[in-house]
Amino acid sequence: MNVIGYIKGIIKGIISLIKGMMVTGHYFVHPGKIVTQQYPENRKKLEMFTAFKGEVTMPHNEANEHKCTGCGICEMNCPNGSIEVITKTEVNEEGKKKRAIDKHIYHLDMCTFCELCIKTCPSNALAWGQEFEHAVFDRSKLTKVLNKPGSKLMKGVE
Amino acid sequence: MIEDTVIGSIEQQEYTINMGPQHPSTHGVLRLVVSLKGEIVTQVKPHLGYIHRGIEKMSESMTYPQIVHLTDRLDYLSAHINNHALCLAVENALQVEVPERVKYIRTIMDELNRIASHQLWWCSFGMDLGALTCFFYGLRDREYILDIFEESCGSRLLHSYYTPGGLMKDIHPGFQKRVKDFIKYFRKVLPEYDQLLTGNVIMQERTRGIGNITKEEAISYGFTGPSGRGSGFACDVRKHHPYALYDKVDFQEVLYHEGDSLARYQVRIGEMWESMKIIEQLIDNIPEGDYSAKMKAVIKLPEGEYYQRVEAARGEFGVYILSDGGKTPYRLKLRSPNFSNLSAIDLLARNFKIADLIAIGGSLDLVIPDIDR
Amino acid sequence: MAFNIYDFTSFTEWIDQGLRSVMSPAWAVITELAIIGIVFLVFYALIGLILVYAERKICAFIQCRIGPNRVGPYGIFQTIADFIKLLMKELIHINKADKLLFNLAPFIVIIASFMALSAIPFAKGLHPVNLNIGIFFILAVSSMGVVGILLAGWSSNNKYSLIGAMRSGAQIVSYELSVGLSILTACVLIGSLQLSVIVESQADGWLIFKGHIPAVIAFVIYLIAATAETNRGPFDLAEAESELTAGFHTEYSGIKFAFFFLAEYMNMFLVAAIAATIFWGGWMPFHIGNWEGFNRVMDFIPPIIWFFGKTVVIILIMMWFKWTFPRLRIDQLLTLEWKYLLPINLINILLMALIVLLGWHF
Repeated sequence: MNVIGYIKGIIKGIISLIKGMMVTGHYFVHPGKIVTQQYPENRKKLEMFTAFKGEVTMPHNEANEHKCTGCGICEMNCPNGSIEVITKTEVNEEGKKKRAIDKHIYHLDMCTFCELCIKTCPSNALAWGQEFEHAVFDRSKLTKVLNKPGSKLMKGVE
Repeated sequence: MIEDTVIGSIEQQEYTINMGPQHPSTHGVLRLVVSLKGEIVTQVKPHLGYIHRGIEKMSESMTYPQIVHLTDRLDYLSAHINNHALCLAVENALQVEVPERVKYIRTIMDELNRIASHQLWWCSFGMDLGALTCFFYGLRDREYILDIFEESCGSRLLHSYYTPGGLMKDIHPGFQKRVKDFIKYFRKVLPEYDQLLTGNVIMQERTRGIGNITKEEAISYGFTGPSGRGSGFACDVRKHHPYALYDKVDFQEVLYHEGDSLARYQVRIGEMWESMKIIEQLIDNIPEGDYSAKMKAVIKLPEGEYYQRVEAARGEFGVYILSDGGKTPYRLKLRSPNFSNLSAIDLLARNFKIADLIAIGGSLDLVIPDIDR
Repeated sequence: MAFNIYDFTSFTEWIDQGLRSVMSPAWAVITELAIIGIVFLVFYALIGLILVYAERKICAFIQCRIGPNRVGPYGIFQTIADFIKLLMKELIHINKADKLLFNLAPFIVIIASFMALSAIPFAKGLHPVNLNIGIFFILAVSSMGVVGILLAGWSSNNKYSLIGAMRSGAQIVSYELSVGLSILTACVLIGSLQLSVIVESQADGWLIFKGHIPAVIAFVIYLIAATAETNRGPFDLAEAESELTAGFHTEYSGIKFAFFFLAEYMNMFLVAAIAATIFWGGWMPFHIGNWEGFNRVMDFIPPIIWFFGKTVVIILIMMWFKWTFPRLRIDQLLTLEWKYLLPINLINILLMALIVLLGWHF
């Protein structure tokens, strides 16, 4: 082994090690670069992006009306059967029999958030909710009914 | 005499250890049955199937838009790219021309996904070598990309953002600014990666000349992606069979000829630079237009066979569709890069030490759900 | 000398006289031993807890994190909470393990570090035993810890543990040499193995300044070898989390694991304390030549603070190592020792002898 190469190797090695230590040392003395977010404390400030896929929801207006006609396209398009649409027949003011939803059941525990139900809905009745704290103690709580009790179909939506 | 034979037999004795399915460095539920002689690896047998979900079979009962969300769950670190492969296959079969805007967004998203994937690889590779700080730096930078994804696609890891014919929804108005900010930031941070790990003498010693594979062997084992390019095998699908906008952008195929762990490492670091170059060329000229082509409500592929390959973060990802004219595929085969990359692990790790096996596994960048499917 | 205001010799003698006046000499010795034992037990636990907390905070800052911050203000009670958790955890019994050795191993590890602590001078007159071969005693006793690690790995009946233990054996056998030789370099200059003499001889300047380049080289080598000896940092092959899951203590749980954990931190404190004592003057204040005013101010800082301050700085450097570098492979570890550290060390010791012979030091 030649001596110069040996010493050169040592010096090169030490320089490379010091370079690495400079990087970590830099972050050590710069606490401003800490990126941790303290979650439960910042809950109030925490705002999800508008596109965030939290859960599937059915928006209702002030008069407790939704847009779901109960056509069942979302149920058909769901790849893993997380949506069940239970329909009933209602008689409207004109005396015609019409299909309406009884329950729009959404299984959050089976949902893979593929967005197909929302994309394919012909009347835009479904939307993403920004709720992300889904942890519950009982699995049955993850099965949700999306239409609120007593809600009606919005006028003008067929 | 007796002692001699006893000592001899002990010296020749091999023992096996089970690495995984629960092990910190198999990156998931991979089980390696490793035969050892002292610390020297004499044989590695990968055992698969711990996360087999039957995605190919499941796909046979799903419509094409529904399959997209399953491709996310193969190589979850390059979800966009996997989606891209399936969408391209369907679009080519239907001969649909997607809008120019979609092509731009898809290319940018793919490259962001590639960077994010390589960042995560960098942290876990550092972790495999024992440099624990790398893990946090890599994840910290990856967070910027995940935010970009979340803003536009709605989720951070499994996006299912592409649909046959276009995209799920349009990008967020702040997308371009966010991407530019990220590129600006990451160009400053990436040299730190080199200072911290690439140049480090310990890391160089641990990877140089470890896990060698020649170009011929790499080809015969089906190596693709950064692992193949580390052996000098020019296999970049983006360059040689361009899809989306890759024929219009200027980028280099990163090639190293050593074929060892260090070469594979450097290919990935180089690819991060190249990906940034691609994004910079595209981000300012995203054209206005539709975010999706007009597609029928029920997509039915004409009878026949279709194959589309793309360059995922780990290599060539292929989708083979055999259609009987119905709305579901008759058979769907996925060519996953990790499966062929893993197949050579015995060749790579044999006669190296057990610590090298970990480094080699890290340099192959395995994602187990992609292997088992 | 000015630092006599902080002399503990009379204090310890006063306790000794007091005890002897009320009981027979034999009982007095036993009582003294008991007092020292209790003090060290408390000290040991305290140092362990503080170091674990410090390590977690330091690595958090290096990694752009906050670190423990939930239990108490700034998370200062986190380690205590962890310790209580470890105390309450189930001790897992392994059917095919060698029961006696399996249970004995953590104690050997912890006793080794305990004994080594007894020879360290914390201030003037404040050391339990002032052996005239103090350094030799510390080296001999602290290297006993490896026996515990070997036993732990062997008796666990686990191949991962065994690999870890064997690595640790190979590692400590070789690095013991470097530690010994680099300390010997210092001893050549000072001419004594007694720790209190070593410290007092550095009153006119710390050894690292006194001994010119050879002392600096010896210090660096000592730092590397000591990191290796404590199974830490880039040399944590015996644990090698990513390769051997947890190495030699894979099968340990609860308080037995806590013993290994504490011993690791205690060993770190020990090697840092030895480095501080030998190379940085122990409890000796920092003096600059003829600056009377400056030296007087330095003298008013109590020696205990000097000692712990120096130790903490060295511990900080060792933590900095750990959180920056990747782990070495076993053959590289041995290469580093036998091809680099040992030859350099041998040349260094010759150089130091030459300097002492020619009287070039001051």
